[in-house]
Amino acid sequence: MSSGGLPEHFSYIVTVFLMVAGLFIVIARGNLIKKLVGLSVFQTSVYLLYITPGKLLGGTAPILSPQFTVYSNPLPHVLILTAIVVGVATLALGLALAVRIKEAYGTIEEDEITAADNAVQDVEGVKS
Amino acid sequence: MSSLSAHLPALQVVLPLLSAPFAVLLRHGGFAFGIVTAGAWAAFACAIGLWLQTGEAGIISYHIGSWPPPWGIEYRVDRLASFVLLLVSGTAAIVLPYSRASIEHEIPRELHYLYYAMFGLCLAGLLGITITGDAFNVFVFLEISSLSTYVLIALGRDRRALAASYRYLIMGTIGATFFVIGIGFLYLMTGTLNIVDLGERLRTVEDSRPVLAALAFITVGVSLKLALFPLHQWLPNAYTYAPSAVTAFLAATATKVSVYVLIRFWFSVFGETLIFEKLPLPQILLLLSLAAMFAASFIAIFQDNLKRLFAYSSVGQIGYITLGMSFDSVNGLGAAILHLFNHGITKAAIFLLIGGVVLGLAKNSAVPNSRGVPAGAVPPAPTFDRLAGLAKRMPLTCFGIVLAGLSLIGVPGTAGFVSKWYLILAAMEAGQFWIVAAILLSSLLAIAYVWRFVEVAYFKPAPEGTTKQEAPLGLLIPAWLLVIGTIWFGLDTSFTVGTATEAALQLVKAGR
Repeated sequence: MSSGGLPEHFSYIVTVFLMVAGLFIVIARGNLIKKLVGLSVFQTSVYLLYITPGKLLGGTAPILSPQFTVYSNPLPHVLILTAIVVGVATLALGLALAVRIKEAYGTIEEDEITAADNAVQDVEGVKS
Repeated sequence: MSSLSAHLPALQVVLPLLSAPFAVLLRHGGFAFGIVTAGAWAAFACAIGLWLQTGEAGIISYHIGSWPPPWGIEYRVDRLASFVLLLVSGTAAIVLPYSRASIEHEIPRELHYLYYAMFGLCLAGLLGITITGDAFNVFVFLEISSLSTYVLIALGRDRRALAASYRYLIMGTIGATFFVIGIGFLYLMTGTLNIVDLGERLRTVEDSRPVLAALAFITVGVSLKLALFPLHQWLPNAYTYAPSAVTAFLAATATKVSVYVLIRFWFSVFGETLIFEKLPLPQILLLLSLAAMFAASFIAIFQDNLKRLFAYSSVGQIGYITLGMSFDSVNGLGAAILHLFNHGITKAAIFLLIGGVVLGLAKNSAVPNSRGVPAGAVPPAPTFDRLAGLAKRMPLTCFGIVLAGLSLIGVPGTAGFVSKWYLILAAMEAGQFWIVAAILLSSLLAIAYVWRFVEVAYFKPAPEGTTKQEAPLGLLIPAWLLVIGTIWFGLDTSFTVGTATEAALQLVKAGR
């Protein structure tokens, strides 16, 4: 990898921007659904991190042939296929939990849930 | 027969993994219980077999689909892996029979088969993390175990279990994603995912910035999962509101397997030269461990809920494990591995016994507690005002909690003493006598929180009209097996200390 300027590192800059933006949403937002959206963006940025370096410009699929000398690495794609499945499962489970929380608490705002929990703890006498 | 024993590493993971979908397909609590328990017992048998094999042959390398590493996925069992496999599968084999009687009162009956399916998946995930020799495979198994753990926690009756599970999902996913970012950097730099191969190829590029970034991402990510002190926020609520059997299983295995991942990556991948000589990581880990030992144990003293008290105690005890890792010596690492095992069985025993207490409270919930709060649909929490004179009602349960509590403190004759003894030896070997003092002082805090239970259960008068009402045998026998284990491993240390020392020797030799 030559030490190039902005255009050459464009995909990395996008990756890092998505990573930081996603993590920021998870931390800064109190709405359970928005948190999950942020989490998804964060996870998606990792897909880019893996896939970008696997592709070489002008590279072909790694099938040996005398006509081609440059091959792209297919392994990152396979790894990320697994990571996507994990991401979907996490999102589905998170949304399912958000639904159950809405049923139990009547809200999906984190501060209101904390307030409801603290109210119960006062009754029970649990110091936290 | 010999061909079977050659495939033990694969069977170790595949058997519990297969039990889960069967449990879902059968859609019947009893059958699901039978098949998942059979899977767990088979996994325990495999773990014993692997432990025997690593004792004779050293490191076992198993090639999945006969593809040789580093191209194929390798399962690699060394002494440390076999020790953790024994802990995880052994705990599962004891907790599952306990579940049968315990979840009857905690989980609606039509959901029982799903509970067992999730338990089987969680077990398979944890075993997979331990046995695999492929870095990306660690991530996949980590997520299998984590996702099923979130479901298991959310099965708690209290609605706070849902909030705790959601919180753990967010924190756990951030941790796992950090981990996979780190793996990505390592793959970019070396072009391999095999842990042994990574360890060799990293030597040439270990000063480059992506490798340092990978180290940071992996360390922080795994620290979130193992609840290293400032990153433990998800743990107390998750342990408090999860069903009793789930708490016991998680306390004994989930955080311990994460510690194992950290040890594996620090010693087998990055190597001791990078971690301990070029970077200030051991100093940081030492400070965080001390903070955990004091702050978390101190917070534990002031908890009114028995489960939450011991959850904070877990955070403190993790501190002792990471403290051992920070010494960079065979003895220190050996002590860490030893405490990982000893604390695992001790905490599992305590949470199993508390499950019996919770069950007793649920049966008595017609009696309002001293504050006059009527019992609703949610079973009453084991808060101290409900536990007055508990020793009269449940003498065996209380005696068990006291014995396991002594192990948390580190009283001679218990497992906790043995690991603290080796930890102190490692500290003296490093010439750090103030750490010896810190270990002893923090043990005083453990005395304080265990004493709170003793005082309430033994010295407070029981409410009028209480009769002896011991937990059912289905709960007592598994719990007491573990209590006897904590005493046994405190008296006969040849198995635990021997294996931990061999494991540490193998790791330190490989890392230099």
